[in-house]
Amino acid sequence: MAELIGQDYTPPDIRAKVTGRAKYAEDIRADGMLFCRLLTSPMPHARVRNIDASAALAMEGVVAILTADELPEVPAPGNTILTNEPLYVGAPILALAAVDETTAQNAIAAINLELEPLEFCVDPLDSLRPGGPNARTDGNTPRGRETVAEMNTSEGVGEIKWTEQDFADAGEGQMPLGQHEREWSYGDVDAGFASASLVLDESFVTAGHAHHSMEPRSAMAYWQNGKCYVYGSSQSQAYIVPGLAAMLEIPPEDLVYIAEFCGGGFGSKGGAYPVMAIPGYMSKKTGRPVLMRISRAEENFIGVCRPAFQGRLKIGFQPDGRITAVDLYIVQDNGPNSGGGDWTAAGSAMSLVYTPPAMRFRGLPILTNTPPKGAMRGPGQNQLATAVEPIIDKAARQLGIDPVAIRRINAPDNSSAYGPNQGPVSSAYQREALDMGAEQFGWEARRARSGQRRGSKVTGVAVGQAFHSAGASGFDGLLRIAPDGKLYVHTGVGNLGTYSYSTTSRVAAEVLGYDWDNVEIVRGDSSRGLPWTLGQFGSNTSHTETRANYASAMDAVQKLKEIAAMDLGGSPEDYDVGEEVVFARGNPSRRLTYAAAAQRAIQLGGRFSGQEVPADINAMTARATEVIAGTGLVGVARDGFPTRGTVPALAAGFIEIELDIETGQFEIIDYLGVADCGTVLHPLGLSGQIKGGAVMGFGMAALERQVYDRHYGLPGTVGLHQTKPPTYLDVPLDMGWSAVDIADPANPVGAKGIGEPTMGCAAAALLCAISDALGGHYFNRSPIVPDMIMNAAAGQAQSHGPLHVHTQ
Amino acid sequence: MLNDMMSHFELYQPADVDNAFDLLDRFGEECWTIAGGHDSLAWFKDRGKQPSAVIDLAGIAELHGIRETAGGIELGAMTTLTEVERHPVIQERFSILADAARMVASPQIRNSGTLGGNVLQDTRCWYYRFGLACYRAGGNTCYASAPEAMNREHAIFGASRCVAVTPSDPAPALVALGADMVIRNSGGERVVPASEFFMTPAVDIQRMTGLEPADLLTTIRIPDTWAGANFYFEKVADRGSWDFPLVNVAAALRIEGDRISDASIVVGGVQAVPRRLTAVEDLLRGRVQNEETAAMAGAAAVEGAEPLRYNHFKVPLMENLVKRAVRDA
Repeated sequence: MAELIGQDYTPPDIRAKVTGRAKYAEDIRADGMLFCRLLTSPMPHARVRNIDASAALAMEGVVAILTADELPEVPAPGNTILTNEPLYVGAPILALAAVDETTAQNAIAAINLELEPLEFCVDPLDSLRPGGPNARTDGNTPRGRETVAEMNTSEGVGEIKWTEQDFADAGEGQMPLGQHEREWSYGDVDAGFASASLVLDESFVTAGHAHHSMEPRSAMAYWQNGKCYVYGSSQSQAYIVPGLAAMLEIPPEDLVYIAEFCGGGFGSKGGAYPVMAIPGYMSKKTGRPVLMRISRAEENFIGVCRPAFQGRLKIGFQPDGRITAVDLYIVQDNGPNSGGGDWTAAGSAMSLVYTPPAMRFRGLPILTNTPPKGAMRGPGQNQLATAVEPIIDKAARQLGIDPVAIRRINAPDNSSAYGPNQGPVSSAYQREALDMGAEQFGWEARRARSGQRRGSKVTGVAVGQAFHSAGASGFDGLLRIAPDGKLYVHTGVGNLGTYSYSTTSRVAAEVLGYDWDNVEIVRGDSSRGLPWTLGQFGSNTSHTETRANYASAMDAVQKLKEIAAMDLGGSPEDYDVGEEVVFARGNPSRRLTYAAAAQRAIQLGGRFSGQEVPADINAMTARATEVIAGTGLVGVARDGFPTRGTVPALAAGFIEIELDIETGQFEIIDYLGVADCGTVLHPLGLSGQIKGGAVMGFGMAALERQVYDRHYGLPGTVGLHQTKPPTYLDVPLDMGWSAVDIADPANPVGAKGIGEPTMGCAAAALLCAISDALGGHYFNRSPIVPDMIMNAAAGQAQSHGPLHVHTQ
Repeated sequence: MLNDMMSHFELYQPADVDNAFDLLDRFGEECWTIAGGHDSLAWFKDRGKQPSAVIDLAGIAELHGIRETAGGIELGAMTTLTEVERHPVIQERFSILADAARMVASPQIRNSGTLGGNVLQDTRCWYYRFGLACYRAGGNTCYASAPEAMNREHAIFGASRCVAVTPSDPAPALVALGADMVIRNSGGERVVPASEFFMTPAVDIQRMTGLEPADLLTTIRIPDTWAGANFYFEKVADRGSWDFPLVNVAAALRIEGDRISDASIVVGGVQAVPRRLTAVEDLLRGRVQNEETAAMAGAAAVEGAEPLRYNHFKVPLMENLVKRAVRDA
């Protein structure tokens, strides 16, 4: 083993990407194609009174409009495709198709849209006040959704209001703890606090921020022979099909979904999303292909964003820094619709990263008239990291303990437990990650520089941590050895940009002993026969898909051995595979090339060439196998490898900054990210995840803004300029990375995912470093932008209310 | 605001200024003059401005380039910010302007963005840019100074119904250097000092400068007055590239012996116009250049500041920047 695993290689799609030949959804053209533009809401909440499109439809080149009345109804609080009750500025109300985009936009300007303004709310605490505004006419909180699987199902909308007493009890600037929607606990929380020598009770805010995928979510669609062909922009491939087919109200087998490349998703393109269905409907209505290019401004709103938290953390410590108890309360800014499960994920993350022996979690999601919320890299876990890590530092400071030491004593290991049920984890080596990072970063020496002054510049040195559950199981692998001797690995994962689609495919090549040059990956187009697998999100692909590809490869190995035994004598157990031949273990000259075996498989038919498939595979995989049945030796299987509980991805980030207390600006001097991701599959890909995650984390911590005017409900930050994600000049040119590289026992090649916590640990580290440079001034807020640092350094009050949910 | 899709316009590309004046006179308020396009195209994409004719000045040779003259230098208004930043004479004698140009936006924007376009750009107040009918847009309210308004980037001086600020980095440097703006139209030429070129809302709430619709800013003249002085430019923004200043400072000091004989200090991002600190300059003349003098200058600079709800951070920030400028120039 390990000819391919752990080695760098050139991913097969990289040439197209760097030369610009890669075709994204908006690059697709077809004869007679129409362009579609959206009419979006200028108001935070309104009801469509009337749409008069007569003048628009009379314009030359305008072909059709599509309104919410023509689309299936979405039960509240689900995300609508188009709507007659826009719930946020930028919500799509109608679509219009014309021969070109300018004509379409001119026609949209000619539509007479009558809107009735409705009550709105952009801050959850405003809505929770007695008599406060509701984001929807039927309430301010989504109902139901106990599990992640139910997250997109809707059970209606309810209303929760806190009492004046709740607000009064909280005290000035502290988070009120009114009625919550969900609660869980384990251990004796009261006893934990009673035994603590230090108890902190901290209110915090983590502001939301937009995903800003570089490729906006454009889509092109046409219908042919009863099937709908959609070119989309998505992180995932197979996972998109059932959701998009449902939105289009067609069976999954009637949807051909093509998504070869994706210009970033960060969670926002993990599953099928509403506007993706518009070209399909418009094409059906007009009988012509339709391309809908989404603009940067539109993407800002419909591209969803990370939900903000307003929360409170009570946390007890022993003198040595060991946590005795945690009481965590989170209000999630849920946006206007179903939202996401960030707030509950944050609670579970708290239980694992800090291993409190006793913990209570309470929380609730509150609807606001801000862009829909969706999973963003480390959904919940990374907000938690930015909220909690500085509080851990505050405790360390009060207890006189080193920041690494206090994290080390609370760090999870293989015996740690996860979430409300305190279930097992497959492996956790956070202590090893902290030790490795401290050594490689030169922690002791750097830490001695904390607070060092150079003119108006002060050094801050800090460490941050984050976690994400990083692996699923039970999905399908599919591959084919063709008579040309080549291995074709069919993969249903998307092309998110991490190269994990190919890195995980290499596991099949590894198992079969293939030369990588003789392997082709079949992907990106559902008509090519792609197996069912989970979406490419949640840091799961490395773990999930290596399991699936291992399963299909082992199925192929078994079939090769059976064919060899049939043709060369003996039993299958007498044979082994390697170097693209199946050979007798005692006599390697008794051998069959893979090419010959593939030819035999075609002759044998049945399960050997995919004409018969295992009963336990998904219907999509069965259909995919039909596409290639009879053309070679087919390996197809459902991953049945044993599981061992939650698969944790853990990461630690070490940082040194220099902060100018006269300007509020800082420079990151150095950064090192360390991953606990099991066996390293692809060093270059991993370094990209650690460094890229860090850049995104620096943005989350100290740059990216989301401003809303509470009085008018209008967004002050639209697009890349106003929201300010990091530029080259905001991050160090060189960053270090490292990995614990200890195999996870719940994966056949030892792999766990890692993409998400690499962002959270960097964000947390930077926030901690800013506070460290300010001599232990804690903001209890993310992001910290220069005006806040300036106010803190000048000893004057902050401008924002302590619990205001947006950036100022 | 939310369109991201330009409407059609007729594009005119005059080859000389007379040709441009003909077009300006012919189309009047219907036309829009475009230099580097970074402000203009944003307006067009948002459909906040929908001119029927656009006059592109790129092809007019005399608007380009940097020339040494008897009493200083002349910069064509279409000179790119990269050219300003890299020009050896500017670097040697007026480095404050090169430093300011270098802080504008990003390398790509500086390569095509022009000095003239930069100083003529409109304010970045997000309410105004969002397309709301505020005073500056011809309406009858200021959204940014409302009690709950998000006005972190707005003015701490000189509010007059409007609280928008100048977004330019080079403009404070030009005012500090005592530059003259040469304005021409079909009727002739006039020369306006940079210190009078920019317009407060008290004078005209719908314009940032004194340029009339039929005018072209053709040339910017920098006299030798401050050539080779002790300069200081610093910009504080949220991020290191592609950002407008929260506050910037441009300072020129003449030092004789250990004393400041003369000073010119201008701050951007705190008022609708680059704010010339004449009182501070008066205070500085004859004093020793040291930490104490610098601190006094900083404190004097922010006297009378009237912060809004979200921007009182600009007061210590401006104080610190002026202090650093006086100390380190």
